[in-house]
Amino acid sequence: MKPAARKKIIQVIGFLALRAAMFLVLAILLLFLYDIGKKGGGVISWEFLSQAPRRGMTEGGIFPAIFGTFLVTVITAVLSVPLGMCAAIYLNEYAKQTGLTRLIRLSIRNLSGVPSIVYGLFGVILFVNVLRFGTSVLSAGLTLGLMTLPWTITASEEALKTIPNAYREGALALGATKWQMIRTNVLPYAVPGMLTGTVLGLARAAGETAPILFTGAAFYLPFLPKSLGDQFMALPYHLYIMATQHHAILQVRPLAYGTALVLIVLVLGMNMTAVVVRYRLRRKQR
Amino acid sequence: MSSAETASKIQARNLDFYYGDVRALKNVTIDCYDRKVTAIIGPSGCGKSTFIRTLNRMNDVIAGTRVEGTILLDGKDINAPDVDVVELRRRVGMVFQKPNPFPKSIFDNIAYGLRINGLRDRRKLEETVERSLRGAALWEEVKDRLDENAFALSGGQQQRLCIARSLAVEPEVILFDEPCSAIDPIATAKVEDLIEDLKKSYTVVIVTHNMQQAARVSDFTAFMMLGELVEFDVTEKIFTNPANKLTEDYVTGRFG
Amino acid sequence: MRKKKWKNLKEAAIKAFFFTCGILAILVLIGIFLTLLLTAIPAFREIKISEFLTSTHWDPTSPEKAEYGLLSMIVSTLMVTVGAMLLAVPIGIGVAAYLSDVAHWRVREILKPVIEILAGIPSVVVGFLGLVLFGPAIAKIFHTGNGLNAVNGSVLLAIMSLPTIISISEDSLNAVPRAYSEASLALGASPWQTLFRVKLPAALSGIIAACMLGMGRAIGETMTVLMVTGNARAFPHGFLNSVRTMTANIAIELGEVPYFTTHYYALFAIGLVLFIMTFAVNLAADVVLRKYQEREQ
Repeated sequence: MKPAARKKIIQVIGFLALRAAMFLVLAILLLFLYDIGKKGGGVISWEFLSQAPRRGMTEGGIFPAIFGTFLVTVITAVLSVPLGMCAAIYLNEYAKQTGLTRLIRLSIRNLSGVPSIVYGLFGVILFVNVLRFGTSVLSAGLTLGLMTLPWTITASEEALKTIPNAYREGALALGATKWQMIRTNVLPYAVPGMLTGTVLGLARAAGETAPILFTGAAFYLPFLPKSLGDQFMALPYHLYIMATQHHAILQVRPLAYGTALVLIVLVLGMNMTAVVVRYRLRRKQR
Repeated sequence: MSSAETASKIQARNLDFYYGDVRALKNVTIDCYDRKVTAIIGPSGCGKSTFIRTLNRMNDVIAGTRVEGTILLDGKDINAPDVDVVELRRRVGMVFQKPNPFPKSIFDNIAYGLRINGLRDRRKLEETVERSLRGAALWEEVKDRLDENAFALSGGQQQRLCIARSLAVEPEVILFDEPCSAIDPIATAKVEDLIEDLKKSYTVVIVTHNMQQAARVSDFTAFMMLGELVEFDVTEKIFTNPANKLTEDYVTGRFG
Repeated sequence: MRKKKWKNLKEAAIKAFFFTCGILAILVLIGIFLTLLLTAIPAFREIKISEFLTSTHWDPTSPEKAEYGLLSMIVSTLMVTVGAMLLAVPIGIGVAAYLSDVAHWRVREILKPVIEILAGIPSVVVGFLGLVLFGPAIAKIFHTGNGLNAVNGSVLLAIMSLPTIISISEDSLNAVPRAYSEASLALGASPWQTLFRVKLPAALSGIIAACMLGMGRAIGETMTVLMVTGNARAFPHGFLNSVRTMTANIAIELGEVPYFTTHYYALFAIGLVLFIMTFAVNLAADVVLRKYQEREQ
């Protein structure tokens, strides 16, 4: 009886430790969300969301940063989503198990591990200098677009994999060409899933700072970008400045909290929408 | 062979098939006659599904496969380089083991093959959909709900829908790959009646693991084992007086 | 006949288009590497590679003699990374084990999206919270002036790499064939013994890969460390020192440096070192993970 009791006690302690780990992670997350919600919530007002910063960014709102983040995310999506989807179509529908295919997959996995600041360096050379887009919202958006590409490809391929092979064989057996089969009998059912997956990647891009630091984000701009060649203000960069670079850091701390709250609502909002939609889609497919 | 008066629609000659290094078909020679039902029977893993999928080159889809030997359709090699595999599959239709309707309406399922071939005329589409559904003995059951999703149909109805779908593109040959293994006995009877009907206008090849089914619906039967053709003859002879001892053991239920 | 030819041509063109998109991933990866390499090379017209990699003094703007020693930053990067792993690996594996073996499936269904939320918090927000929440706390606990040091950086990097470690470890725990644990349970082992002696060892390579991927993320992370480690350039002597990582240094200096100077090129050389380090870690993780998956099949 004694060894059994010992076994039991060890198990209780062991599982308790695992629960503690989970609890710790949850506690950190809740602490984060609570702190930002509480201290940022008080700052949020229509004025904060709709106006530009004033008086050396010690007053006013963050509208230019919201607008800039929106704009840069759109550019990111325009580059990354179609390219990612097409690459995924190649990998899932056309590619055979060759060395080249394995190399492509290896590259994709490694691209997703390249540090975001390295993408920033790449963007400085490729978009700002070589292609002469300058430090602009276009360069920043394209840099983020390249960064999200591996995520978009992976998410799109996941969506394509959920389409049963029977749809493909059925179409081919009726005399459809490969592209007809993909266009009429695979993509219509895969695109919703592809889009939700890519939104997760875009949400991450919207919250990124390092890649846009030197490719187009501005400390402060008195006006909104009028063309894709202009610099822009962005929420994550604005938060970084308000938190660490401002001349009156403690005075603007509430504004920093407000910015953090808006950013986190935006990013998590995109995230959760995608997760919920994906969950529903999976249910429907079952 | 007794039915020498009918023409041989498909002639498979010394057919070998490989999945990578694995030889799944060994020197198989089978004829499928026009307007007759040819059944392929044998224990699971004997290569019967592999064989039927070579007839419309459905195996092309699987990576690392290879065919040797010849398959003639109306005397022309279907693996010749100038053959359009898309056109081949239109001429040689296929019904799969599990009903595989597309997640579209009943109408759109049948119209699918026509639309990808460029038919847009609504009236013609409607005509063909009705004709195909009648041909698959499904018209009376679904004529009032053509816009419903095909998934709403029962399993047996789905399988007949798939048959109707392949009829719509006016094939010359229809391949059935164990068409009744996923549906209930009553639905099976309906599909068998349908096959009986279809052979009036089409060449039918059916793979089945159900010997009674082969005996009921087919005119010719091929018995395969371990990738080899053991015996091929008129169905009646295979089931009453087989030449090979293995065939006799199989059809009398001694193994398999 | 002509129609058929046209159709085939169209199909081939479409395939070629998708193929081009497919190989883009390879091109981007090679492009990044070559860009960093070519931009870094001019730096070594003035800097000795040996000095770059072994000197601890980084002072490119010194009026007397510009110095380009990377070692302090490499050590700083490794320090915060190791610190982060010391925290994140046990916690991450613990959470993964909790999710796969302890939690009721309903609880798991709720908690998994919660982990995704953690993964979704932008690094700049994590950095900000490290600054305002953990900074003062660390200052109090360790009696340092401010809490901007390697400890803070390690804590934040641990938080950043946890989602990666948790989700991949959990996947590999779930991939352990049920027969293993059933066999163990049938021999009278407790669920804890089964988890500890059967499932964890069976999933070990997946868990190692998870930790390496988390580590790769920590090495390359910029904003969090930039905001909370204090960024002092001196060689670090302990976790309570202020440190400046390679990523933070690029972020701090690239904005102020004139284009096409040795200093500018040197920053790209740091980027190259960073790229090679993360690439090696990720590749190693990849090899471990693939080996493991092949064995499973």
